[in-house]
Amino acid sequence: MMNEERRAFIKKSGLGVLACLGAASGLIPKFSLEKTILPAWDEKPVPGKIRWGMLIDTRKCLEGCQKCVTQCHHVHNVPDFNNRKEEVKWIWKSSYNKVFPTSSQQFQSEKIAGRSYLALCNHCAESPCTRACPTEATFKRWDGIVAMDYHRCIGCRFCMAACPYGSRSFNWQDPRTAIKDPSLAYPTREQGVVEKCNFCSDRLVKGLLPACVEACPQQVMTFGDLNDPKSDIRRLLENNETMQRKPELGTKPSVFYII
Amino acid sequence: MIEKALKGNRNYWIWISFLLLVIASGVSAYSKQRWFGLTVTGMGRDVSWGLYIAQFTFLVGVAASAVMVVLPYYIHNYKAFGKIVIIGEFLAVSATLMCLLFILADMGRPDRVLNVMLYPSPHSMVFWDVMVLNGYFIINLVSGWTVLGAERKGIPPPAWVKPVIYLSIPWAVSIHTVTAFLYAGLPGRHLWLTAVLAPRFLASAFAAGTSLLILLTLILKKTTGFDAGSEAREKLAILATYAGLTNFFLIGTEFFTAFYSNIPSHMHSLQYLFFGLEGHSHLVPWLWFSLMTGLCSVVVLLVPALRASSKWLPAACTGLVISIWIDKGVGLILGGFVPSPLEEIVEYSPTLIEITITLGIWAIGALLLTLLLKVAVAVKTQE
Repeated sequence: MMNEERRAFIKKSGLGVLACLGAASGLIPKFSLEKTILPAWDEKPVPGKIRWGMLIDTRKCLEGCQKCVTQCHHVHNVPDFNNRKEEVKWIWKSSYNKVFPTSSQQFQSEKIAGRSYLALCNHCAESPCTRACPTEATFKRWDGIVAMDYHRCIGCRFCMAACPYGSRSFNWQDPRTAIKDPSLAYPTREQGVVEKCNFCSDRLVKGLLPACVEACPQQVMTFGDLNDPKSDIRRLLENNETMQRKPELGTKPSVFYII
Repeated sequence: MIEKALKGNRNYWIWISFLLLVIASGVSAYSKQRWFGLTVTGMGRDVSWGLYIAQFTFLVGVAASAVMVVLPYYIHNYKAFGKIVIIGEFLAVSATLMCLLFILADMGRPDRVLNVMLYPSPHSMVFWDVMVLNGYFIINLVSGWTVLGAERKGIPPPAWVKPVIYLSIPWAVSIHTVTAFLYAGLPGRHLWLTAVLAPRFLASAFAAGTSLLILLTLILKKTTGFDAGSEAREKLAILATYAGLTNFFLIGTEFFTAFYSNIPSHMHSLQYLFFGLEGHSHLVPWLWFSLMTGLCSVVVLLVPALRASSKWLPAACTGLVISIWIDKGVGLILGGFVPSPLEEIVEYSPTLIEITITLGIWAIGALLLTLLLKVAVAVKTQE
């Protein structure tokens, strides 16, 4: 009898301690096991205040290096079917005439036309994909990121038809069978939904840089707030000649290139 | 009234059984697609829409063409269309159902289809298309059925049905306009990014849809003895002729703008479809066949003697339907994806599963149309 009461007391006080820890980690971010920035606690997000962007200095990019691609695809559990028809890709390397088909092609120097260029979702300020989506499964976040809700997507592939950059991939079959080295950092997707680069919104919330930026041995990519005139990316945009992909379409890409 | 569809001769039941068989194989193919995903189709990341969306686009036109009989009959009191108007309405009902089924068949997650209504997004053309197609289905079914029911009882149709019928006229135009807007507002898809897409859709719809209607009346005449009248067919043939001419004129203007401006991105898709691009010429024979058949059919229909002929009229109508089916159902959708946004050329061909599902959906439409027309003919001939 005595023992049972004691056990119940220990049980209850243990739960109480756990609850205290839980509450503390919510109130004091330092207490939490997983580092998280809690915008809801410190500051309410203001739509349009931040606009995340990326500048790619293609001069520094090493030919044949795939580190950013491999790291991104590993972290986000991007399947590899080794089959062009069903290819899923978030970031990839392609030739000058494919990435910049509307830019100057004639008599272009071999140095420029012969290099590979990184392509990824442009997180356009005027995104045609979010306009086309019938369920807002793809939508513009308060910080300029074009995000996906894989649980709302009906798989109509309108966003794929709307994207003028070929940045969107569809899961033609169950992607989980084609993930060789699964990562716990990001959920896998289901068959029948569209996916694409998320500008590492999953890492930004933890105060980390995007996986591709971090993986690059050459610091090719600069990531930052395009709305902050003092940010590194804005400083580089100020001091270099840069370009965007297909600027004539008015999509206002947030990814810039130094050629 | 529906009980009239349960009485029929031997041929009627053979036809119904045949359709049920095609539907069954379609359902079985679809269960494969649901299980393994859209990987069983010929679509891929570069050509991300195929046969399903192409059929959908063609059939929206067939549905919209009901307005070609409804408008003259109800607004202009054109009596010759008295027997044909119900056929037009029921054809619209069946075509709209097929449209909705083709959208569903193309979806990666059809179980989430209601998300379109749960999270209404007016900025998306798909949202509007789903709304207008469902509306059009109901409007035509209700107005057709009500008028037919009144006729069976020998009383004038209720007063409330008139405004519904009038509503169906602008609504018919809206379904095909919104369908054109699905494509015509996408940056970077140059074949579709043209203001004449909606007018061209309407013109080709009125040509192919009315031709199909003429063929239907001929089939009904042969199988049931119910004749909608040669005067009605003659008038419809004239409508189909000028709609067909308008369609080919609009295709011509597309060629002019693309090739005279000499802007590569505007020329590429047309080059791919009609001449082949960088050695890829999969669709070239189809498109030339479509163009030639269409033009020949229109020429035949332009000659009054041939138009009145019981041999040339069905031949020309069949030609026009096939021509526009290829133009819209093969060329337009696939051509929009070639070249891809990264200037790559990937060719598409449908798989057997995809074709079986497509035939299954056509059979569902044909079944519904058969049942509805069976009732209509029974009422009209007072069996």
